Amino acid sequence: MNVKKTGLIFFPAFDWAISPSHPEREERLLYTQDQVFEEGLLDLDNVFEFKPGLASTEDINRIHICVPGAESVITESHLISAGGAITAAEKVLTKEVDNAFALVRPPGHHAMRVVHGARGFCNINIEAIMVEYIRHRYGHKRIAIVDTDCHHGDGSQDIFWHDPDTLYISIHQDGRTLYPGSGFPNEFGGPNALGYTINIPLPPNTSDKGFLFALDNLILPILDEFKPDLVINSAGQDNHYSDPITNMNFSANGYAILNERLSPDIAVLEGGYSIESALPYINVGIIMAMAGLDYSFVKEPDYNPREIEQSSQISRYIEEEVSQIYELWKNRHSQKAEMVKNAKYARRSRSIYYDTDGINEEQEETIRICDDCGGMLTIDSKASTGNRIFAVIVPGQSCSTCREKGEKAFESVETGRYDYVYFQDRDRDLFIVK
Amino acid sequence: MILGIDVGGTHTDAVLLDHYEVRKKAKVLTNRENLLDSLLKVTEEILSDEGPEILDRVVLSTTMSTNAIVQDKISKVGMILASGPGLPPSMLTINDDTHFVSGYVNHRGVEVAGIDHDEISKIAEKLRGEGIEHVGIVGKFSSRDPHIETDIGDSIDGKFKHISLGHRMSGNLNFPRRIATTYLNAAVWDTYNSFIDNIKEFVGRFKTDFPIYILKADGGTFEISQSVKCPVQTILSGPAASIMGILSLTNCQEDAIALDIGGTTTDIAIFAGGIPLLEPLGVTIKGHKTLIRGLRTRSIGIGGDSRVTYENGELTVGPERVGPAAAFGGPSPTPTDAMIVLGLTDIGEKEKAEKAIAEIAESMNVPLHDAAETIFHSACETITSSVKDMIDEINNAPVYTVHEMLDGKKIEPNLLYVVGGPAKPMAPRLGDMLGCTTHIPENAEVANAIGASLARTTTELTVLADTEKGTLTIVEEGIQLTIPREFEREDALKICMDKLRERAIKMGAKEDDLEIEITEDQSFNMVRGYYTAGKNIRIKAQVKPGLISNFQKGETR
Repeated sequence: MNVKKTGLIFFPAFDWAISPSHPEREERLLYTQDQVFEEGLLDLDNVFEFKPGLASTEDINRIHICVPGAESVITESHLISAGGAITAAEKVLTKEVDNAFALVRPPGHHAMRVVHGARGFCNINIEAIMVEYIRHRYGHKRIAIVDTDCHHGDGSQDIFWHDPDTLYISIHQDGRTLYPGSGFPNEFGGPNALGYTINIPLPPNTSDKGFLFALDNLILPILDEFKPDLVINSAGQDNHYSDPITNMNFSANGYAILNERLSPDIAVLEGGYSIESALPYINVGIIMAMAGLDYSFVKEPDYNPREIEQSSQISRYIEEEVSQIYELWKNRHSQKAEMVKNAKYARRSRSIYYDTDGINEEQEETIRICDDCGGMLTIDSKASTGNRIFAVIVPGQSCSTCREKGEKAFESVETGRYDYVYFQDRDRDLFIVK
Repeated sequence: MILGIDVGGTHTDAVLLDHYEVRKKAKVLTNRENLLDSLLKVTEEILSDEGPEILDRVVLSTTMSTNAIVQDKISKVGMILASGPGLPPSMLTINDDTHFVSGYVNHRGVEVAGIDHDEISKIAEKLRGEGIEHVGIVGKFSSRDPHIETDIGDSIDGKFKHISLGHRMSGNLNFPRRIATTYLNAAVWDTYNSFIDNIKEFVGRFKTDFPIYILKADGGTFEISQSVKCPVQTILSGPAASIMGILSLTNCQEDAIALDIGGTTTDIAIFAGGIPLLEPLGVTIKGHKTLIRGLRTRSIGIGGDSRVTYENGELTVGPERVGPAAAFGGPSPTPTDAMIVLGLTDIGEKEKAEKAIAEIAESMNVPLHDAAETIFHSACETITSSVKDMIDEINNAPVYTVHEMLDGKKIEPNLLYVVGGPAKPMAPRLGDMLGCTTHIPENAEVANAIGASLARTTTELTVLADTEKGTLTIVEEGIQLTIPREFEREDALKICMDKLRERAIKMGAKEDDLEIEITEDQSFNMVRGYYTAGKNIRIKAQVKPGLISNFQKGETR
């Protein structure tokens, strides 16, 4: 293994919880901290700890439409966890370290583009904020996000749905058996970015073997073809066999192997609620794998590979699914014409439920079909909070037509029908509310 | 009266304090081969007019353990490590006699695997066969629950001259550092103990009784008979003596910078509200990162005698010293020579200084004064940029709560203390560059010995309570108690304070000197499923480094 310089941004937020007995509570990273400290990982010559910075509302407004505004949907803790992800990116992009791990909470991958409140323990999407920060600061980059959280990252999928320069791959427990109930292979990206959203649902009880099979035979080959400038791992840890709210059989050793093979530039913690039996060992394994150290002695006290081995039926199911998804990816270019035909715009309507805050949202999204950029996007959204909003989004690297159309749409919107109207222009780093 | 002795690398200094006034000073050359000899000499000199009965207290800062480690004059140690899962053995092996055994507790101190007596007994035989008399036993998470270490220790009890147990070294987490600390403790145990035996024998001849204290790396002291249990705590007491010296010679109550500028190096220390800052985890010695509490110092390679060169258009000051300043017959120009040329000091032979600086001026193609100024400025800048780095590092130390992140205290010193040879000529410029008022304490040449004399006894203690398990652990004392489910944070706080007091008194502290501070105070609800299964309480307290009571800072004259 090659020893690498690894940055660690550790922010356990020991004084922040969604509620006292919520899985996302003060105690969550306590034992992880104990294990990381006891192993002396921060003393290693190639491991560097950095204090997280604070994300700003500008950082949030670059990617989200928060209703009514960013300040109203977040706490300081969110600014620190997003800031932690940004610090990780900074350290990597300035080449202070070879890779970095933001071991921060609260998580973010269920937060969608429009934010009326918290969903799936997430308010703002910390990886997405980081991605746009990177592009704003270091120029446009092709970025791949591999989300290994057990829950489908529906928030990240939503945000990058129309972005052909961000490959979002989520590997997770089958949505028919787990929150949020989405993430099927046919969710494959918007018309301008077909194939740049890849979902790999795995059956309950999948063990190391299944995860690593999908990694080696699907994720890594697709990454090879996509040729990203940066690989980001949304490092959720709830696929673990001891996780109390999921049904998978992944191990700490499996996570470390996955990390070594994926070799992400940046890893960001997402979920993972087996705080005592799994997280301490998974996180030590991931840090050691990122730093290029021998992690073969990292294992859970009760680890017994035989007990958690997946059935041959599961193995066959995964093999078949992997080859189907790979076919789909191979044929992504030919599918667009079939899908959009002569349409100039494509529209999708959805109901979105915010389980953490108990909010319902009705959303209609309209994308301009475009061969030159991600496409100008408008969103009409109405939430059970009573807020109705309209948003116009001009994507990064936008073509001049999409920008003109976007500006016109913003000018001509009937403000009387909406509580707030937003204009977000990534290239010009503009965010206007009226 | 108090006798303070600092056995330094070059000189051994002693002061006799009478009601905190320096009554007598003495200085002898340190005999590195026989430290006791230097001690005897300096003591004889200082007590030449008085009898030992005038002594109320003797404090000693010695390089005995430091030298033993730095010069590799240490005993062979057998290390028995119960390492559990985590880092591979290859990264934990500290010497050729490191052995790994089964048995470990997890992060909550719950035993996951028991020890294997046969395995341990075989290792013990092997170590004995190799003539090893000193053993260190260290378990993963032994500072959460020490019983694996004590069980292993019990099973080989009586077979070795001395056994060091990891949890006795520190209550903090960090297995590799615990291994290094325990190893060094066992390795210097013999050397240190025979040194102390000699001192005791020497003092015994005085036929009078006074307590003897030894200075530790954290700027605190412990009573001589306690020091033999944990000799490793006495390493690096030299820089600690110097910082405590500055504290005793000034009336520092606020954030401040302390500089000790020597011939070769400059030591930097930082005070927060008048209290010297400690290393976050522990001091480092000869490449070993340890868990030994120590004052936070940074040593940089610049001093009055640093070599000055000008090559390829670049001026370099330090880090080497090739001899004294040219003004004192040295072979190369130095910052001291530059200061002489600038008229900031009138020591040495001015012509020689001018001649040395003139060489630099010629190659730089500037007038003599300009060259001197550039050298002087460069030396000051090396120091001030290190000071700024150190303060930045302290202010940017990671924190783990939202509260600390948003309202964390920052160190903002406006005060600069400077001691050492070039203190007078350099202090004004350094103060300007750092935006600080400068002070040069009196009697600074014996600051170390004064600092040792007046340092109070320090110690720390960790109390962990887990109400789900029903246990309370007093880590550094190796004590475990049963507690009821209703046990609260306040109960743990009280136990921690009481036990810390007891421990400090045992170490030799006086009741009046127990300036106690809680350094960690955390209580987490442990939620399993949707109900609270118990509380995980972590309390740490310390007797702060500081000066003995009845002594007002800045009173020493």
